[in-house]
Amino acid sequence: MIKKVLISGNEAVGEAAIRAGCRYYFGYPITPQNQLTEYMSWRMREVGGTFIQSESELAAINMVFGASLAGARAMTSSSSPGISLKQEGISYLAGCELPAVIINMNRAGPGLGNITPSQSDYFQATRGGGHGDYRTIAFGPSSIQELFDLTYLAFDLADKYRNPALILGDAILAQVMEPVKLKKIKKRLPKKPWALTGCKGRKPNFIRSLYLTPGVLETHNWKLAAKYKKIEEREIRYETYYGADSNFFLVAYGSCARIAMGAVMEGRKEGMKLGLFRPISLWPFPYKALEKLAEKGKKFLVVEMNLGQMFDDVKIAIGNKAKISFYGRPGGGVPTPKEILKEVKKR
Amino acid sequence: MKKVFGRPKSLTTEKTIYCPGCGHGIAHRLIAEVIDELKIREKTIGIAPVGCAVLAYDYWNFDVTEAAHGRPPAVATGIKRVHPDKIVFTYQGDGDIAAIGTAEIVHAANRGENITVIFINNAVYGMTKGQMAPTTILNQKTTTTRKGRNSQSDGYPIKVCELLSSLEGTTYLERVALDSVPHILKSKQAIKKSFRNQLEKKGFSLVELLSPCPINWGLSPQESLRWIKEKMTLTFPLGVVKDKT
Ligand SMILES: Cc1ncc(C[n+]2csc(CCOP(=O)(O)OP(=O)(O)O)c2C)c(N)n1
Ligand code: SF4
Ligand SMILES: [Mg+2]
Repeated sequence: MIKKVLISGNEAVGEAAIRAGCRYYFGYPITPQNQLTEYMSWRMREVGGTFIQSESELAAINMVFGASLAGARAMTSSSSPGISLKQEGISYLAGCELPAVIINMNRAGPGLGNITPSQSDYFQATRGGGHGDYRTIAFGPSSIQELFDLTYLAFDLADKYRNPALILGDAILAQVMEPVKLKKIKKRLPKKPWALTGCKGRKPNFIRSLYLTPGVLETHNWKLAAKYKKIEEREIRYETYYGADSNFFLVAYGSCARIAMGAVMEGRKEGMKLGLFRPISLWPFPYKALEKLAEKGKKFLVVEMNLGQMFDDVKIAIGNKAKISFYGRPGGGVPTPKEILKEVKKR
Repeated sequence: MKKVFGRPKSLTTEKTIYCPGCGHGIAHRLIAEVIDELKIREKTIGIAPVGCAVLAYDYWNFDVTEAAHGRPPAVATGIKRVHPDKIVFTYQGDGDIAAIGTAEIVHAANRGENITVIFINNAVYGMTKGQMAPTTILNQKTTTTRKGRNSQSDGYPIKVCELLSSLEGTTYLERVALDSVPHILKSKQAIKKSFRNQLEKKGFSLVELLSPCPINWGLSPQESLRWIKEKMTLTFPLGVVKDKT
């Protein structure tokens, strides 16, 4: 039997990576994800893996780039300002079609901001983030178990699609402790004939994102587009709570969805027909599922810990089919269930 | 009949697109000859830079990747940690190694990564058409130092070997030049040593090659070779800067 252990979000991510077969971790300290870097510093060595405390986030993501092109499962983690620095590398990973897992324990910005929980990096996580026309798989877990499961899954999807995958957490998820059912340590990892391992017995392999010949880059980008379409068709994840009998839905992800769920329970006690739609994959976004839920007469309130970023995706999904409004707290503000319920009653 | 000269197996038959008199082609060939002679072609992984040599993977006949500008030492670190028994080298220009990638080279060197770095010092940004590089010498004219590099406003040329020599993690640092046949032969010996060090797990080795860029120096190929000898080597003296082997 696989037993449950009580661990923090930071530790859950680290353990999930190890169990998914990741043996290369590169990171640079930044709150609120330091426990993850610290965890990897001893845990990687315990399992015979490599841990490097790099000189910067730029170096860390490029070490991931190197380990990944060499055929290994590799991960880096950071928080918002550090994720900005990693964007150069993420763009190169996407261009070179290299798998990697990147963790962002989102803190409040812009600039140095502060270390309180925030969802202010949603745009960056779901729109590529760096330069160029690309996408990264992005998951927004809302419990420590889900953080563990999605990190574990992210390695498989990154390899399957040869694309970077991102986990968007926040300061709450990073530090809260919850019981987690661990998964088995992966023994068999996918073969990577494209990796650079020395050309013994084969033609040389090249990994690059430069395509100087006119038209060749366009072809490459169309190939990427076809891959993104496949991901959009297959990798959408979400949950609907009280979908059948609700006429008012909250839409929230991550820790904010946990708080929104609190509001739903309170509201239901008062006899309100309140439900929750929770996107789990932020890219690809569950547009169709949300559209299906929307009908004339229903109302939707998007709740985020930012100024309204996922709000744009909800608008794309629902359009004029139902009434949509937004409630958010930027700069580290964390709404309470009561506060959310008050907003519901206003609309 | 005995074959006495031929194309190294580690070079492809692709024609290079370098300007006449450029040093990159010579450096590529020296590396290829060394890799052939050490019989490591099938276990070598090269990292091309952003710079004129960005297309090096078209010319080398072994596994090659290309890193973001300045990041080859971090990429090499990732590769080498996965494949400690493979031979990993970076090929970097002066802008790549001593401007945008200063942090990456200093820290890879300081960690004593068991890699080889081939550093092409041509005292300009070749690819972007001749702006000042961190290694542009004083009074040298470039497109961003029209009246010549002035230490007051533009700072001083960076001596990469000397800078790295104070780091305990570095094993072997040598500066050579591509300005004459004897010096080219000497360069090959230095490159060979830097690869052999890696094979013998001796640690971080870097070979700096003073390399001509006639087009951006505004000189003919012949004048460029003379300029290396008469001007460049005054700022960048040739020789072994550090050898712990
Ligand atoms: C992040 C980034 N900044 C700037 C550039 C533009 N750029 C391309 S090559 C180069 C300079 C290369 O000079 P050097 O490293 O000396 O190589 P060389 O061409 O002289 O061999 C620059 C600034 C870039 N590609 N990426
Ligand atoms: S610009 Fe200079 S370094 Fe670049 S190919 Fe021409 S001569 Fe060589
Ligand atoms: Mg240069």
